[in-house]
Amino acid sequence: MGGGWWGEPAPRPDPKAEAMTELERKRGGAPVPADWTYAPAPEARDIVSLRERYGLYVGGEWIEPHAGETFTTIDPSTEEPLAEIAQAGPEDVGLAVEAARDAFENGWSALAPSERAKYLFRIARILQERSREFAVLESLNGGKPIRESRDVDLPLSAAHFFYYAGWADKLEYAFPNRAPRPVGVAGQIIPWNFPLLMLAWKVAPALAAGNTVVLKPAETTPLSALLFCDVVRQAELPPGVVNIVTGDGRTGAEIVKHPGIDKIAFTGSTDVGKAIQRELAGTRKKLTLELGGKAANVVFDDAPLDQAIEGIVNGIYFNQGHVCCAGSRLLVQESIYEQLIAKLKRRLTTLRVGAPLDKNTDVGAINSRQQLEKIEQLVESGRDEGAEIYQPPCRLPERGYWFVPTVFTNVAQSYRIAQEEIFGPVLSVLTFRTPDEAVEKANNTPYGLSAGVWTEKGSRILAMAQRLRAGVVWANTYNRFDPASPFGGYKESGFGREGGLHGLEPYLRFDP
Amino acid sequence: MAQAPVLPRGFELPLEPRLPRIGSVDQVAVEERAATLGKRSIKREAKLWALDLAIRTIDLTTLEGADTPGKVSALCSKAVRPDPVDPSIPSVAAVCVYPNLVPVAIERLRGSGVKVASVATAFPSGQAPLDVKLAEVRDVVEMGADEVDMVIDRGAFLSGRYAKVYDEVVRVKEASGNAHLKVILETGELGTYDNVRRASLLAMAAGADFIKTSTGKLPSAATLPVALVMLEAIRDVYEETGRMVGMKPAGGIRNAKQAVQHLVLVHETLGPEWLTPDLYRLGASSLLNDVLLQIRKERTGAYQSADYFTID
Amino acid sequence: MSRLPVRKTYKLFVGGAFPRSESGRTYEAEGQNVARASRKDVRDAVRAARGAFPKWASMTAYNRGQVLYRLAEMMEARHAELADLCSGETEVEQAIDRVVWYAGWTDKLAQVLGSSNPVAGPYFNFTVPEPTGVVGVLCPEEPALLGLVTRLLPPLVGGNTVVAVASEAKPLAAIELAEALATSDVPGGVVNILTGLKAELAPVLAAHMDVNALDLAGADGDLAELERAAAANVKRVVHGAADVQSPWEVLSFLELKTVWHPIGV
Repeated sequence: MGGGWWGEPAPRPDPKAEAMTELERKRGGAPVPADWTYAPAPEARDIVSLRERYGLYVGGEWIEPHAGETFTTIDPSTEEPLAEIAQAGPEDVGLAVEAARDAFENGWSALAPSERAKYLFRIARILQERSREFAVLESLNGGKPIRESRDVDLPLSAAHFFYYAGWADKLEYAFPNRAPRPVGVAGQIIPWNFPLLMLAWKVAPALAAGNTVVLKPAETTPLSALLFCDVVRQAELPPGVVNIVTGDGRTGAEIVKHPGIDKIAFTGSTDVGKAIQRELAGTRKKLTLELGGKAANVVFDDAPLDQAIEGIVNGIYFNQGHVCCAGSRLLVQESIYEQLIAKLKRRLTTLRVGAPLDKNTDVGAINSRQQLEKIEQLVESGRDEGAEIYQPPCRLPERGYWFVPTVFTNVAQSYRIAQEEIFGPVLSVLTFRTPDEAVEKANNTPYGLSAGVWTEKGSRILAMAQRLRAGVVWANTYNRFDPASPFGGYKESGFGREGGLHGLEPYLRFDP
Repeated sequence: MAQAPVLPRGFELPLEPRLPRIGSVDQVAVEERAATLGKRSIKREAKLWALDLAIRTIDLTTLEGADTPGKVSALCSKAVRPDPVDPSIPSVAAVCVYPNLVPVAIERLRGSGVKVASVATAFPSGQAPLDVKLAEVRDVVEMGADEVDMVIDRGAFLSGRYAKVYDEVVRVKEASGNAHLKVILETGELGTYDNVRRASLLAMAAGADFIKTSTGKLPSAATLPVALVMLEAIRDVYEETGRMVGMKPAGGIRNAKQAVQHLVLVHETLGPEWLTPDLYRLGASSLLNDVLLQIRKERTGAYQSADYFTID
Repeated sequence: MSRLPVRKTYKLFVGGAFPRSESGRTYEAEGQNVARASRKDVRDAVRAARGAFPKWASMTAYNRGQVLYRLAEMMEARHAELADLCSGETEVEQAIDRVVWYAGWTDKLAQVLGSSNPVAGPYFNFTVPEPTGVVGVLCPEEPALLGLVTRLLPPLVGGNTVVAVASEAKPLAAIELAEALATSDVPGGVVNILTGLKAELAPVLAAHMDVNALDLAGADGDLAELERAAAANVKRVVHGAADVQSPWEVLSFLELKTVWHPIGV
């Protein structure tokens, strides 16, 4: 819709003020609400029952950490401590790898694939049954809104198990003439942004392919992985097939180093990913990495504007921006810049930042103090370097870790906020004039995980998709995930794919 | 060709080739956004506030071939005093009837504050010559109707004769005099959200005071995504010109939960300024009792039965 | 005094319900009176299948997979009853496992059977499989349960709806399966099972102009005649085997659609 449809309006000081006076005149008595405040709508927390302390889940049993070291895990929206978690040391990791190796050699890999499939189907079904419980736990421990954990994380997690269950006994169709065999024992290290979903992304294909696993959840979000052990128990999965060892980076390092591990799968920061790649050099261990991103969300002048706004908002504020594929750089075609930014700023005022367990919350808590500090630091740098900051008015709770959804305009490619991954609810806006320029700017980064394209024109979508150096391209949508859809990055965003037929490949050996 | 209040640039003839280029809407995204807004959890005080507002914005409607003075009288009583047992329940905004029943409605509603809205322009099809339609509008205005609900000519719209559609709205607005004009788009016949947006912009440019989704004569009409598209068009007109046009979803809103979802849509798209009968109406009939049921449930804590609420 | 059991009445399974044959006829099989479907029952079943097709075909592949998995759950719950009506436990276990196997294919077919095609030109070109529509299935006489499942699942997995004529001599397993279908989340009309005399029903199904494909697995007598009848509306004709499992079985009931779109700014 072009400008001036309804003709040039008569000059007026403030259209809204004048309209309001006319309105008040017409009103004749009916009250105008200052605002309609939605009452708190908390999801009941008592569906989750937490233990005071958790051990490590090895060989189907709960064991105490050898060195007895523990740490506390909290609710980041209130800083309330939730439980004591074990810090797995080298001996514990050793036991876990042994249990996994034992289960692999003596049973799991020899089980008929159709039987393996049925275990995974069981797990999928149980996750569906207990989905509300897990969703509440995920929001409690991680800070994300219950609406997201309930409507995105949980359904996708169950779906991943469901999808890969179906591949377990069909590998010869996925890889014809290649005689696929499991790799053995997989060491898996996952991040805190989608704790259960990342577990599903790792465990489901690994098990479907016939491997056993040693998995370390992130330090700040161990609880859903620990509850998952109960699902494993209910499914009667043979002991040692799934082993969960909690701990910080030291535990991860132990897993990476352990000679009994055949394959490492890591999702996390690019720096740690590089360290792991260095560590594994010369070992012939298989490796997949899913690292950071600085995705460009490209909006052309013919994009359906209101829906593009939703896509932009979803791209960077979904899960508080704690998303590796977040659309953190908005590339707007200059001809619609003013209109788009006005709509975007207006849209930000309707984002509800609040308690993760409130069903109306759109943006939850930042996962940790560490992450909050990182975000604050980068936002400071944005101000320092000269970008213009916009934050909608927002009252934040006193306790807990919070950050207001933020937009930076007048951002140059060279600013830190346009180069470095912030991993928070902060959007940087840049402009472009032509498709060529958009592609150039979008690709001008060491990252290459994802990108977004907004335009009505089909051929342009395909042309952009062809030229963008990113593992996932979303056209007229953003942050869409499905177990059937391969996900992974180009360049420093990592290598290997998760999801789809291609997601099986990292967990198999072939002849040739 | 009639003169519009402000003849906008871009509406010069020929209009036909230009309109299809305007305003694309992505179906998947808009349906998703509407669904997300529909998940808002509105409880307790917030819910009671919304239910009260819902009643105050209802256009209580009867548009049947079998309507009689008796039926309309009873409807008017219900409109003024929806719950005889509970005086705190407000009156609805208006009663909406066919032209022949306007005198009865005017008589029964005199002094109550409840408006009389009449459909006109060969409702619901709109398939009649313009002079017949205009005569109908003049008649109902003369009878004293406060509001006119017209239908656009969908046949003309879908065959690309946008100038005709535009012209008719302008002429009806003229003929409506002081009565406020709601323009019914009949979104269920328009086929795409793109068309809903275009028809909305067209109607507003031609002078509509309200744009309305449907006649209520097609099965399901006022879906959340359609309402969202219309609200976004209203917002764009407001941002550009300062003119505030009202919105009326009608058809298919049968229960309180849907009504609250529609109110959430308005709240988060246009803001609280639109949450008033002057700018928002709900076209409904059976909705009213469900809202009364929900109000009593909120107040007493017990689920209710329809037996305890009068049908009219 | 021993208790008198309440005996089951064996009816047809059409549109998610269990009607008797409109002809009112029955025949005796396995010591029971079993509904003897007529040509009008075939007509009604095809109508039900056609009516159910849009919804079944437009469900996400994931949803269809879950529904078929639930069918396996319901069959597992009827383990004992099913075992009585076929050759025994082993056949039941094989049948259930086959349903699970096929259920896992719904969301993988496109990746194995479809493709993105590297055409010579600036075009994006892709091929997707789609269901063909209503599939008529003549079920094998034996094995009573496994044969039935073997022929029913491939069309369903691809998103088709089915009108099946059960084994004539051993139809009870089919009705038991129908009960499992009715209590799973399979929408009414997606699977319709007719019991009766094959010689009466097969020609009607083969000639029906609103049936898109025909599986002659259990056909006996003049197959050539049935194939000739099928030619009237160019049905896809398949000679299904009674005990096989493969995604290519599913392919037999799929259409392949190829789409072109230019690539350019």
